[in-house]
Parts: sequence; C-alpha cells; structure tokens
Amino acid sequence: MSFISLLWVLLLGSLLGLELIGKVPPTLHTPLMSGANAISGITMLAALTLIVKAEGNVPLLIIGSVSLGFALFNVVGGFFVTDRMLAMFSRKSSNKK
Amino acid sequence: MNLPVIIKFVIDLLAVLLLALGIKGLSKVKSARDANRLAAFAMSLSVVGLLSYYLGTSGIAVQSWIWIIIGTIIGSLFGAILAKKVPMTSMPETVALFNGCGGMSSLLVALGVAIFPLSNSVENLDFFKSLINEVSISVSIFVGAITFTGSIVAMAKLQGWLSTPGWTQSKVRHFVNIVFAVASLIAFFDLINGNTSSIWLLVIVSSLLGIGVTLPIGGADMPVVISLLNSYSGIAAAAAGFVVDSQLLIVAGAMVGAAGLILTQVMCKGMNRSLVSVLFGGSLSAQSTTSSGSGEYTNITSCSVEECALTLEAANKVIIVPGYGLAVAQAQHTLREVTKKLEQNGIEVVYAIHPVAGRMPGHMNVLLAEADVPYEQLKEMDVVNPDFPATDVVLVLGANDVVNPQAKNDSSSPLYGMPVLDVQEARTVFVIKRGMSAGYSGIKNDLFDLPNTSMVFGDAKKVLNDLIGELKDLGVGEK
Repeated sequence: MSFISLLWVLLLGSLLGLELIGKVPPTLHTPLMSGANAISGITMLAALTLIVKAEGNVPLLIIGSVSLGFALFNVVGGFFVTDRMLAMFSRKSSNKK
Repeated sequence: MNLPVIIKFVIDLLAVLLLALGIKGLSKVKSARDANRLAAFAMSLSVVGLLSYYLGTSGIAVQSWIWIIIGTIIGSLFGAILAKKVPMTSMPETVALFNGCGGMSSLLVALGVAIFPLSNSVENLDFFKSLINEVSISVSIFVGAITFTGSIVAMAKLQGWLSTPGWTQSKVRHFVNIVFAVASLIAFFDLINGNTSSIWLLVIVSSLLGIGVTLPIGGADMPVVISLLNSYSGIAAAAAGFVVDSQLLIVAGAMVGAAGLILTQVMCKGMNRSLVSVLFGGSLSAQSTTSSGSGEYTNITSCSVEECALTLEAANKVIIVPGYGLAVAQAQHTLREVTKKLEQNGIEVVYAIHPVAGRMPGHMNVLLAEADVPYEQLKEMDVVNPDFPATDVVLVLGANDVVNPQAKNDSSSPLYGMPVLDVQEARTVFVIKRGMSAGYSGIKNDLFDLPNTSMVFGDAKKVLNDLIGELKDLGVGEK
C-alpha cells in the first residue's frame, strides 16, 4: 500500500467521521462517546500484527501482548458499558408498549 | 492477488462499512443498541480477517498464539468486569480510563516497532518509506502517551483522587508545558534523524505533557477534555495504522478522531467555552474568585419540605431540573417516585435537561433512563425554556451553574453567555441543595437571591423521601 493511498484513506475516513456524527440528539452523546471510544480500541489489530510478526522475539511478544490487553480492555469494556447505557433506553421504550 | 489477500480485503471492507453504519446508528435512540452491537461485531470480524490472513500466508507460530490468548483473556476480562460493575454516575471516569488504555496500546505498538523493527520493514530501506515509518511511530507515541496520561489524570480528578495543585493555576504552567512540548519536538526530530535512543525521551516528555496540560483543567471542563482525548486516541490508532500498514486501522482511527472532535465542539458550545480557553484558561473557579466580588448572598429564603409539598400539590405544571448532585445522591429513583405521585394527581411533569447536565452531554438522560423516566418527558433546553413563564413550580435538584441567571444578566460574570435554563421565570422555584456551597464553577448563583426562589436544605435523596411522605399525607397520588 503506497503512502499516498494511505493518506487518501486517512482523509476519507476523517470526512466520513465528520459526516456520521453530524446530527445526534444530546441523549446519545455519552453513549456515542463511549461507543466511539470502544472503536478506537481497533488498535488491537496493530498489537496482533506485532505479535504475529514477532518471530519468537520474546520482549516484542510481551510488548504486543500487553498492548493487546490494553486495547481489548478498551474494546470489551467500552462496548459492554455502552450496551449497559443503551439497554436503559430500550427497556423504557418496551415498557411503553 | 492470492486468496488470503482477497479474503482480507473483503472482510476489511465489510468491517469498515459495518463500523460506519454502527456509528451512524448510534446517533438514533431507536437503533442505538443494535448499532453498538453491530460495531462490536465489526470489530470481531476485523480480528478474524487479520488472523485468517496471517494463517493463509505466513502462518501464526504457537508462541504467538499463546501471547495472543494471554493478552486477550486478561484485557477482555478486566474490561468486562469493570463495565459490569461501575455505577452509572461514574461513567465519565470510566470512559476516560478505557480511552487512556486505548492510547497506551497504540503507544506500545509504536514502541515495539521502534525497538524491534519488523522483518518486512527492514527489507525495503527506501529513504522515503523509512521516514514515513519513523514519523508515524513518533506521532503514535506522542499522541498515545498524551492520551494515556491525560486520561488517567482526568479520571483521577473526576474520582476526586487528585486535586488541582496551586502552581498549575499560575502562569508557570504555560512555561512548563512549553518546555515539555519543545522537548518532545526535539526528541521527535532526533528520532527521525535515526537516533533511536531518543524514543525514551519522547515517551517521557509527551507523558509529562499529557499530565501538564490536563492537571490545571477544572472539574467542570473535564468532559470536554475526555471527549478531546477520545478524539486523540482515534488519531493514535490511525498513526499506529501507518506503523503496521493497515488501512482498516487508519479508517477506523480517523473516524473516531473526527467524531470525537465534533462531540468536543458540541460540548464546548453547550458550556459557552471555547476549546482554547478550556485548554489554556485553567480552572474557571480560579478566575472567578479574583474577578467577582459579589460573593455574598443577601436575600435567601429557606423553606421546609412541608411547604414545598403544599405548593407542589396546588401546581398544574411542574418542571424538574436535575443536575449532577442528584446523581451523586443516587436520588433519581426517589425523584421518579415523587413525579409519579404528582402525575397521578393530574399534574404535568417535565424534566428540563441542560446540554451539559450531569458531567457529560447526555449523561443525565442515561441516569434518568436508569430510573425509568419516560423519554418523552425529557425536554431539551431550547424546547423547555419558553415554557417556564407558564410553569407553577420548578424543582432544581443538584443543578447550579446551569440555572444561574448571571449568565444572561451580568456581562462581568465568567458564566456570561452560557445558555442557561430560565427557571426564574416560573412562579415558584425550589432549590434542593445540601448547603450554600457554590457550584462546579465556584460562582455565586443569583437565582438563590430572587424572591420567588426558596431553598430546601438537605441531601437530595432525604429531601425527596420526606417529600414523598408529605405528599402522602396530603393525599397526593392516592387512589
């Protein structure tokens, strides 16, 4: 992948992010922040790459594993806590019916 | 193109699409929960895509599997436990902690690649490529470190583990931070020049910069900082994407980075603070103690819970203004009981939600939803403000700065210009409050001095419990 096309990816990704968030009711700001935060744990893919490519280099394996742990803490915790928040909204709307 | 490459390409494309749909869906109440699950699914999919790619090409060593499993189990377990146990009131701190760990992860990846260059990046020693590699490593470390230490400081301050040291309110802090920033820049260029050992300098100084920038910021502005740091963790992830050459990482990181910026802007607007003044202005209370001399209250009316109940019983329309104090007292459920009684008596009850009620935009909605308050009863500030003149009773529970008329009337007030709820327009205002202490901003609230305002002193939960008792005695809500 050439550097220039990676820059395009960066640019288009940023524009997509700006567009997606445009109009959000305040109710959802906290869940959205928490959900977006979980997605930023996507860096777990980088950690995985590091571990796979470590080729038996133990210090690198450890760094990768710790990094993976931190990322998954972010991802798993982030999605669970967002779900907990959103569950309250859906529970309420099902009560109404 | 061989098969593993094609499979990974398709999976990555699908994952990006689902992540984008997930973020989009999170912006609507109806679809939010499914959207969150969709995003989580997209993340797992991306892992499957990556692992299957390596299985199909270079293979994954047993040793690698072991470390993958160790990291996965420990990280996921702690994350899940914390997410299940943490009380809803501590949501901002929790998001800060998760966010900091994401930053740490990007930092570690960059550090690992910097110390032990990956085999494939050694092969092509093209000058341009190695420059890009070093720049992305540096950015990843710099942003990752700031995200980590900044988030941890933000969390510690919100938890009350850390107070704002005095020196951070003086001009000295700018000098200190400039020193850190310049040192980071020096380390950055040194690193690009090929001096690998300066990487440790970069780690240390950017960590210190994260602390130095976050520490002086007052509690009221902390949500803005967390949102900004959330954006940073996206940028760090995107930088890590450049380090390991992953488009998926770059797209997802960029999306989160951009989304975080928008959210930060929304929060700043709600508090009438510019991002610059949040980051460099220091704590709001520190300014106000020097600027406003009108710190004394002259015309406080306090009243008993009984009087409050009598007035409520006679009302036709009641607006509740909940604030963080309500959440701290864990009184949202008790409040719901009070409003149920009023509704049973045919009194119209509405909740007025200021954009920054609670500690994050939308935080209060989450807390009230937890107490089963119907979504339709939560009114946003712009919708509810014209209703105040036609309202009989306003109950202010643990909110302070967001109902301060100074923001409209007193151009010398630090709050001036902040959008507030015009509760003083209502016939009667009851402010339930522990004591006369100032709000988050540390600024005197002119509302308390107004003739139509009565203070009901006491812990929010206790007052509301007493209120339920009084309403019962009055026969309100009894069938």
